Amino acid sequence: MKRAQLFLVFSLTMSGQVAFDRLRQADLEPGNWLTYSGNYSAHRYSRLNQVTAANVGRLKLAWAYQVKTTEKIETTPLVVDGVMYVSEPGGSVTALDTRTARPLWRYSRTLPKEVRGCCGTVNRGVAILDDKVYVGTFDAHLVALDIKSGKVRWDVPVADPTLGHSITGAPLAIKDKIVVGMAGGEYGVRGFIDAYDARTGKRAWRFWTVPAAGEPGSQSWSGDSAKNGSATTWVTGSYDPEQNLVLWGTGNPGPDWNGDNRKGDNLYSDCLVALDGDTGRLKWYFQFTPHDLHDWDSTEVPVLADAIVRGEKHKAVLFGNRNAFYYVLDRVSGKFLAGREFAKQTWARGLDDSGRPILQGDTTPTEEGTRLYPDLGGGTNWFSPSLNPQQNLFYVAARDVPGIYYKGDLEYTAGAQFNGGGFGRVPGQDPSGAIRALNPSTGELRWEFKLFSPSATGVLSTAGNLVFGGSNEGDFYALDASTGRLAWRIQVGAGVSSNPISYLSAGKQQVAVAAGNVLFAFGLEN
Amino acid sequence: MRLVASIFLITFSLTAQVDPGYVVPKENPFTTPSDLKRGEQLFLGQCGRCHGPKGEGGLGAILAEPQLRRAPDEESLFRVIRDGIRGTEMPAASTLSSREVWQLAAFVRGLGRVPAESVVGSPQRGRELYQAKGKCGQCHIVNGQGISVGPELTDIGARRSASYLRASLATPEAAVPDGFVQVRIATKDGRRITGVRIAEDTFTIQIVDLGGRTYSFFKQELTDLQKDFGKSPMPSYQDVLTASELDDLVAYLVSLRGNL
Repeated sequence: MKRAQLFLVFSLTMSGQVAFDRLRQADLEPGNWLTYSGNYSAHRYSRLNQVTAANVGRLKLAWAYQVKTTEKIETTPLVVDGVMYVSEPGGSVTALDTRTARPLWRYSRTLPKEVRGCCGTVNRGVAILDDKVYVGTFDAHLVALDIKSGKVRWDVPVADPTLGHSITGAPLAIKDKIVVGMAGGEYGVRGFIDAYDARTGKRAWRFWTVPAAGEPGSQSWSGDSAKNGSATTWVTGSYDPEQNLVLWGTGNPGPDWNGDNRKGDNLYSDCLVALDGDTGRLKWYFQFTPHDLHDWDSTEVPVLADAIVRGEKHKAVLFGNRNAFYYVLDRVSGKFLAGREFAKQTWARGLDDSGRPILQGDTTPTEEGTRLYPDLGGGTNWFSPSLNPQQNLFYVAARDVPGIYYKGDLEYTAGAQFNGGGFGRVPGQDPSGAIRALNPSTGELRWEFKLFSPSATGVLSTAGNLVFGGSNEGDFYALDASTGRLAWRIQVGAGVSSNPISYLSAGKQQVAVAAGNVLFAFGLEN
Repeated sequence: MRLVASIFLITFSLTAQVDPGYVVPKENPFTTPSDLKRGEQLFLGQCGRCHGPKGEGGLGAILAEPQLRRAPDEESLFRVIRDGIRGTEMPAASTLSSREVWQLAAFVRGLGRVPAESVVGSPQRGRELYQAKGKCGQCHIVNGQGISVGPELTDIGARRSASYLRASLATPEAAVPDGFVQVRIATKDGRRITGVRIAEDTFTIQIVDLGGRTYSFFKQELTDLQKDFGKSPMPSYQDVLTASELDDLVAYLVSLRGNL
């Protein structure tokens, strides 16, 4: 019987090639979770409605899968026709049957000793296109696996891991290419976004996020500081198929806290860049934090939607930024449409008409320490927001935390951390956070659910009128999507640092999230 | 200039990397003031991001402790810095020379450990005062004896200087440790409890009252929850003990250095 069920699952996967058209129309397949953010527009919204605010009290553990690691799991799994593809630290991947949680295959990545990395060998997910699963590895390779067996189909180096390059984000499959970002900003590398031929692994294009000398934007770096300019690209972007536009956030300039040698705006750090999907050519950019001195990467997830601003409808991109401001941009032109703070901040008086921050005094890090909101973790961070078209609300896990920024040396050593300072907590108070629901067109607050401490969990909204989120203290919970009222919760025993997803397993809705080093799936009790 | 420096450092670090035969000595050979200064520079650049510039912790572990769980001795501290901790977010300091690792280790060790001091006063008399007149054991633990309301004092002499301890005894609220929060709660069944927070999350809180009794509540069971940051239930001993008795009590506390 069991063998027959597994055979059925395999049959579905084998016959169900995940063609580009399926990814493009992912909203038509709510039973699957086909891309990192659920669809190309990065809504992280499930159209499933079996689990509702009325019955969520019957949500129980369906299964738990313990990943073979002591590191925390930040993955967003993908689900195709009953099979879940889970990335693990370093770049290992396991395929699970979503009914039984039993592994169908596993690809194990062994990392060389020479890899660098500031923050653990985390991996946030895979991409799927046609008959392959794609994963970026901590030793900065892109690997294509056979979707049926997990066997390696190709494995290409993306960059040199001994200099600090790594890949922690999920790739994004578009048309016939695999787009992938990279990490290593703490090591003074030069950032880029790559695209590879999905069939062969041959690199199709590269966009450098720090221009070379003489190129447009290079004048925004003084001296030769651009050589170690960072602006890495470690969180998965979104894709506008109509314009064939890849939208991807970039990280802070290096070194993080000492800008003495990199005077200027430091393009294209802390930007949203819009690239032609076929060539990687820059169509437009918008810089959120010029000459950043606080490590406020703009590597958050860009969310694509229509927005009505001052009575006019725009094809927009919505962006909750680590600098604590929410932005609405025109995604055809890149022009700023609206913005306001969504988390506590003390560094800017606001945004001017072009979206450029109006600074509030001098917040430059000093040797004695400069105190301000937000802290190093920012107003939000890599964990995903969600757009609920049913409620017309943008949900974000917001952080209201002060920090102390210290200035340090500018010494660069290849392969060593290049931070230019340090960061400290402000003692004598509890850091706090909240899940906030914003008007997507303006950023105005509609409701908030306060958390004891700032969450590192993304949010998932569903057609069942629910918003799922997590906490550092191990709570996984569901809120009423229209009011923010607590509807359900469970203590899972470890901090939640991942993004929830929802899908169908044998016709029944499940919600999955990783916490600690365990992946949990929940379903309605029969 | 920077290029020259880079080449020198790369060469230096490669030399260190290709020396698998390096025998890690038991004690740190690089502890001069200039070594500590260099260690501080390296710490701010390489470690302060996660551990805080003073080792106060943050994304990484608190290092301002007299004893480090993963590095009880100098050799293990060297290895943790050089090799990282597998399965955690602690990376290897792969580009540092052995000398730089030792300099870093010397600075880290000094973050949470004050040197032994000679002070006026009698530790023996101080011990008696601690137990009797001071009633300190009603809120603190030394070597397993006492009640856990305030911070454990078993190694307080390695953590804090004599002047700090004297000031704490006179004005406890001038030196409330980070993370120590006095709370006052009222419950729906009519109880009012003052104590110290053990843990808290969005939905629950755990506290210990001044008698050492532990409570755990869902917040929905409470009608009031007040957190008194910067407050301490510890009384001032300025007018409780004489000047010489304070000397004795400080001498006793300074003598408490755990296993150091």
